[in-house]
Amino acid sequence: MPAPGALRVEHLGKRFGNRVAFEDVSFEVGYGEVFGFLGPNGAGKTTTVRVLGTLIAPTSGSAVVAGFPLGTENDQAVRARISIMPESPGLYLRLSVAENLRCFARLYGVADPEERTGRALEAVRLTDRAKDPCGSLSKGLRQRVALARALLNEPVVLFLDEPTSGLDPVATREVHELVAGLRSQGVTIFLTTHRLEEAERLCDRVAILSTTLRMTGRPDELRDRLFSKALEVRTRVPLAEPGSTFAGVPGVGGWGQSAPNAYTLTVTDVEVAAPALARALVGAGADILAIAEARRSLEDVYLELIGEDVEAGRR
Amino acid sequence: MSFSAGRVDAVFRKELQDYRRNRAVIATMALLPVVFVVLPMVQLFSIKASTASSTLDLRIGLSLLYMLLIPAVVPSTLAAYSVVGEREQGTLEPLLITPVRSDELLVGKALAVLVPTLAVAYSVFGVFLLAAALFAHPAVVSAVFRAPHLLVQVLFTPLLAGWSIWIGTAISARSSDVRVAQQLGVLASLPPLAVVALMSLDVITPTFGLALALGAGLLVVDGLGWRAVAAMFDRERLITGSRG
Repeated sequence: MPAPGALRVEHLGKRFGNRVAFEDVSFEVGYGEVFGFLGPNGAGKTTTVRVLGTLIAPTSGSAVVAGFPLGTENDQAVRARISIMPESPGLYLRLSVAENLRCFARLYGVADPEERTGRALEAVRLTDRAKDPCGSLSKGLRQRVALARALLNEPVVLFLDEPTSGLDPVATREVHELVAGLRSQGVTIFLTTHRLEEAERLCDRVAILSTTLRMTGRPDELRDRLFSKALEVRTRVPLAEPGSTFAGVPGVGGWGQSAPNAYTLTVTDVEVAAPALARALVGAGADILAIAEARRSLEDVYLELIGEDVEAGRR
Repeated sequence: MSFSAGRVDAVFRKELQDYRRNRAVIATMALLPVVFVVLPMVQLFSIKASTASSTLDLRIGLSLLYMLLIPAVVPSTLAAYSVVGEREQGTLEPLLITPVRSDELLVGKALAVLVPTLAVAYSVFGVFLLAAALFAHPAVVSAVFRAPHLLVQVLFTPLLAGWSIWIGTAISARSSDVRVAQQLGVLASLPPLAVVALMSLDVITPTFGLALALGAGLLVVDGLGWRAVAAMFDRERLITGSRG
């Protein structure tokens, strides 16, 4: 478990007039952790990032970002220690890649902007495009330049706001590889996304937001909290008496039939139930094709938590 | 963190690099001065040698006043674009994420407008003086090269440019649309135009005292301008469109 303290958020909220962007949001992110912030469009993810990045002021609650409490007096100190890669790269399109980065390196006051720019370009594998005008780059490459820009000040916390939004699968994969690389270097990353496979692949823990925070934890923890454990069984032919076959198996709470020869059993402990179930099936003369733990995806968790909100929004 | 010349320099360099590669900016910077130098030239070469010295002085004075429209008008569109333009092209948020202070950002942007404006205005004035020296009547030449005329031109150019830049930047910081900002920026450059018009219509007589009063007023506006505009610079409003 990483040391706590890169981000500590307590009952944070932001309103724009009568409209609530998000409210009562509390969580903690440790140093070196990759924290996913999931939620549908309009859930308040970007506003949360902007509040934590000192771009806008919260209307309630408090937060400590990179060791500094949020507040006007600490705005510059926080901004010097964090980076935000916004959803839109926001590059100066008439300037070259290197000119864009040098400008930001100077704004961060780095000692040798030239050297730092070179290192950032190396990190995103764009050294050979340094002299190209940003306007000539593809969307994926612009996103990589934006990531390089976010690395210039060697941030304590790196906020990535929908880093793969609108990218094709190849560019998305490249960004994922870069983020995974940063993760292995111990960079603390706060990743907002509504791509669940992205969060599942990259994040140590995730929080699910829909104006309020619905749940926080490791993806597998969230699954365990929301869904009971299950085993999926497939046999060559349908069981003659499935009820009596499953009845005495230790750890099995109930069962259902998903196909003529497929059954789903809710269990309390997979490691106890699976071997006992195999023995029971063999005892009943069944030819077993498969016994596997039913895998609930983060998407299932997300839909369980957010689905009702989305439906309500549509209505 | 204290005011950093390094961050001002970073903004200044970036703005100049961006202007240099923007044909529309180059064209505006080049064409407007040409328009504003034509009238004084016509005025200069239409003065007859027999013109009475008081009339000569007035006409030369008016020619030079026309040239002061260059520092008043040229920076207005650039300054009006400076903040809202960044917002529209999506580059403002990454900029505001850095430790740059509002006043550093605004001073960097103002300098990037001021420096080319001064270069253009003084160059045009140089061309005007050269043309006068080479082609105008000797009596006209001596009137043009009088110290007060030269001094007014040299001193008022940066003062007018400063006025125009701060007004334009203030409009830009509060606008939500580039076109509106630029239209208002041009409107904001009208007061000097009005002064020139009143002088040319003999409603106001250009006197040393008037020049001194105008100069002092502009100096105050320029001196306080960056602080006033920095106070109007609301990051939250610029990022979200809502008041912070």
